[in-house]
Amino acid sequence: MALLETIKLRQEYDGHDVLKEINLRIERGEVFALIGPTGAGKTTLLRLLDLLEIPASGTIYFDGVDVTTSRGERLEARRRMSFVQQRPVVFKMSVYDNVACGLRWRHESSKVIRGKVESTLGLVRMADYRNRNAWTLSGGETQGVAIARALVTEPEVLFLDEPTANLDPVSISKVEEVLGHIIREQRTTVVMATHDMSQGQRLAGRIGVMINGEILQVGSPNEIFSSPVSRELAEFVGVENILDGVVVAMDDGLVNIAVDGGTIQAVSEYAVGDKVYVLLRPEDITFALSKDISSARNVFEGKIARITTVEPLVRIEADCGFPLLGIVTKMSAQQLDLAIGKPVYASFKATAVHVIKRWD
Amino acid sequence: MTELWQGLLKAIQLIVSLDPEIMEIAGRSLAIAATSCCLATLICLPLGSLIHFNRFRGKRLLTNVVQALYSVPTVAIGLFVFVFLSRAGPLGELGIMFTPIAIVLGQTLLITPIILGLTISALSGVDKAISETAISLGANRFQATTLTIREARYAILTAVIMGFGRAISEVGLSLMVGGNIKGFTRTITTAISLETSKGDIELSMALGIILVFLALVINIALNRLQQR
Repeated sequence: MALLETIKLRQEYDGHDVLKEINLRIERGEVFALIGPTGAGKTTLLRLLDLLEIPASGTIYFDGVDVTTSRGERLEARRRMSFVQQRPVVFKMSVYDNVACGLRWRHESSKVIRGKVESTLGLVRMADYRNRNAWTLSGGETQGVAIARALVTEPEVLFLDEPTANLDPVSISKVEEVLGHIIREQRTTVVMATHDMSQGQRLAGRIGVMINGEILQVGSPNEIFSSPVSRELAEFVGVENILDGVVVAMDDGLVNIAVDGGTIQAVSEYAVGDKVYVLLRPEDITFALSKDISSARNVFEGKIARITTVEPLVRIEADCGFPLLGIVTKMSAQQLDLAIGKPVYASFKATAVHVIKRWD
Repeated sequence: MTELWQGLLKAIQLIVSLDPEIMEIAGRSLAIAATSCCLATLICLPLGSLIHFNRFRGKRLLTNVVQALYSVPTVAIGLFVFVFLSRAGPLGELGIMFTPIAIVLGQTLLITPIILGLTISALSGVDKAISETAISLGANRFQATTLTIREARYAILTAVIMGFGRAISEVGLSLMVGGNIKGFTRTITTAISLETSKGDIELSMALGIILVFLALVINIALNRLQQR
């Protein structure tokens, strides 16, 4: 039995749909990331799952119990969950009291409260802050209090809404370290919303991509990033080479796809005549100065059209009859002495190409 | 002019020597205003929370009416309480007309709108995310409400002090329903108005100084709180 399950969950604000029939199952102990652009409905979904809002329609089951509307059951269920909101607010009291609140509301004894608060403050490395006024803290410290406050009640499921948005890089890695710890050591079920795809990859076991109020694809991080099911998703997960093509030949799982300006070989099951998109991640393309170095099936000669440095990487746009965007390290860009107008060979494996059906 | 200076000197002497009559009147004034203030606060905290935390038709209108009542004339409240408590009135049998209780009732009525209105705006000044965060951390509705009130504590205290200031300085109501009975319902303001008309400037001035001093203390307290 799934710990959390939603069936045809819908929410609307002012008559327009924010969430459209979300069917989601979260198993106990898993880490699930919702990724998607801002405004996709990630926060709304988390708020519904944390039982802060009542859905327009649909059902939410928590641990097998329908908790969609009943007030008593929702409070009981909510006391087994925790939610760290995107812009956490702290209460006007000490850090210690902020963290202790959840336990006091559950009528724990003061001895139990002291033990748990102290150990949780230790976990987020904020033990020295216990007597500080919480409203005088910095953004990263406030996030620390919010996480401690959420963890101290030992929730069965932890919801995180953009846990590292608006934080500086040092605070981000600190927060991720704490989250990694509770994911590994405490086996807490985590549902997190993030627009940072790499964070989803680092922390989550399963990812759902949400666009315009719908979850369009659910899968392992690897599936999501290498095999998006639609052009829209491909664009969102950072597949920057998207070419229109038609399958022109097929032989034992290997297809030839005609694109504007060349033919690309790919591993795919599509049949001759199918219209497809050829998806290729920039990091799967290698550049060389001569043709014979590469063992890859796809090698194209072209000229460098554009070079953009995004430390520590360099983005190379080559014109091979069709545009190809690749990423190389700054070091290899220097070794190859890449410059605009220089002829290069761009190559990639047939297995690196992801092919999806084109409906137009 | 010399008369004025002599009056002032005498008044200060009366205060410094802790004149029993002055102390008694000032003490009674404070006790009555403080009681009214406590009663009004006891009414306004739950009522204000109820109004703030619930959505209902006419909420805005209600808030506007409450705010309009901030400046209701004391004599109007006096008349209202008088009609109710006088021997022929609906509560005449209680026999509390011309007692300190009548004044307390009147003052409570007078300052309830002020404390209520300011409590509601104090609560709306608290970020909505506060009560929502509390709920997400497992608070029930009562616990979340209590937390919100706690977050608004300085603004609410300001409301209470404002109410106290209005209660201690009003005169019309105390005169009408208290009757200014010596040693029983005489307060600072009613004493000043009577003694001045009798020509006893020293006593009036002494009481006036105490009242101004109280006003000063209240204002300093308010300023301190608003800086929080």
